[in-house]
Amino acid sequence: MLDLSLLVQYGPALLRGFGVTILCWGAGCLIGMVLGFVLMLLRQLPIKPLRWIIRAYIEVIRGTPFLIQLFLLYSGGPSIGLRLEATTAGILGLGIYGSAYFAEIFRAGYQAVPKGQVEAALSLGMSYGSILRRVIVPAMLVSTIPAIVNMMAILTKETVVLSIITVPELMYEMQTMAAETFATFETILGMALFYWLLVEVVSRLGRRLEARVTRFLTHASPQGSSTETATARA
Amino acid sequence: MTAVSQTATPPRTMVQGDAVPMVSIRGVGKSFGTNEVLRDIDLTVNKSEVVCLIGPSGSGKSTLLRCINFLEVYDRGEIRIEGTLVGYTEDTPRRRLSNRDLRSLRRNVGMVFQQFNLWPHMTALENVAEALVQVRGMDKASAASHAGRMLDRVGLAAKADAYPARLSGGQQQRVAIARVIAMEPHLMLFDEPTSALDPELVGEVLQVMRDLAADGMTMVVVTHEMGFAANVADKVAFLDRGRIAAFGTPREVFHESTEPRVQQFLQTYHERNSF
Repeated sequence: MLDLSLLVQYGPALLRGFGVTILCWGAGCLIGMVLGFVLMLLRQLPIKPLRWIIRAYIEVIRGTPFLIQLFLLYSGGPSIGLRLEATTAGILGLGIYGSAYFAEIFRAGYQAVPKGQVEAALSLGMSYGSILRRVIVPAMLVSTIPAIVNMMAILTKETVVLSIITVPELMYEMQTMAAETFATFETILGMALFYWLLVEVVSRLGRRLEARVTRFLTHASPQGSSTETATARA
Repeated sequence: MTAVSQTATPPRTMVQGDAVPMVSIRGVGKSFGTNEVLRDIDLTVNKSEVVCLIGPSGSGKSTLLRCINFLEVYDRGEIRIEGTLVGYTEDTPRRRLSNRDLRSLRRNVGMVFQQFNLWPHMTALENVAEALVQVRGMDKASAASHAGRMLDRVGLAAKADAYPARLSGGQQQRVAIARVIAMEPHLMLFDEPTSALDPELVGEVLQVMRDLAADGMTMVVVTHEMGFAANVADKVAFLDRGRIAAFGTPREVFHESTEPRVQQFLQTYHERNSF
């Protein structure tokens, strides 16, 4: 028999687990994006050995299972003096794993920036830092937002792996519930619901973000867009 | 007058004040691999002069223009702007100029591109104000009001808040010109500014350029608009396979040149533009 009251009984623990999942996911995404962006920038430098190292890093991370990377970090870490708490290791692991993919997404975005836009900035005497901030990154956002959101959605699901190194996230709490009550089906159902909810929220926010960063392609002017919103509300 | 001694960066060459040309190109050459695109180019542009570079495609006109602000690196010879060597130090053997020195040189040289190259995520006004803030260090409010005046000068005050995607090609190019003149350059480079435009939009851009020329702006213009070259240019340089094959006043080049390549080029041009 399906006993949904179990989900209520274990509610607080599950919500706590959900919170840890979101924390690990959010922090992991942030680290992954920052690290990925830095890797992409370093790869633009004309230093060949550096390029090889970064390329090797990306290939290794993308070519090995996340589970194994996490084990190496958490269980193998202490043998080189890196002793991490489970949640810290989980966040760092997600960040490293994501960084390889984000670096590739950003590289594609960087290459897609029209050369003329950069030349116009150069010819006006703008510095590389200004050009990066004011011209390249905004242009990259437009072309990469769908891929970034997609990667973030994929990472929500990778968080389940963290349960294996005893991070008290949703999967871990669910397994505890299943072990204590033998209610396997309810557990799996509850879990599917939580992750679906998370992915749905992420992709909805992603669509909003996409509309926001590409608004200049569809609206005549900022004034125009605000009047339109006002009319829509009225 | 001792204009030279008062300038912030005095020209390093020993030339008298008014005689320092705006642009001086001496023996410039450039190769892409084994392909020699510029050979031994000599060209002088004086202050307030309009010089048009014409010639068949692939003749090196755009490459030469892009060497003047070092968007393209030249291998041989030297280019000087107001006496300052472009892209290299004065040492022997010469070394590449630091990015900082290159930037300070470029801020006095504006460039207008065939594809306009406006930044699509900024409004017309923001496009014009951007370099005023980032390069000249103006505060946002005064940059915006200065940018507004520049848009007014090219007849686009009403489009200040429009994004480039909502402007016609001619309007985009006029914004691009406003973006350059806002920086008060000593010299403006135009790389086929009307080639990407629908025929009915060419006139409005050429008019803005005529106004600039009338105001005394020094301009080097790569163009296929022979009418503009004939009527506005002080000097015309005809390039062919990386060399200047003819140089002189429009009259000298268009009507008096006996150079067969010039005559052939003009004949093709007339045939293509007649009904």
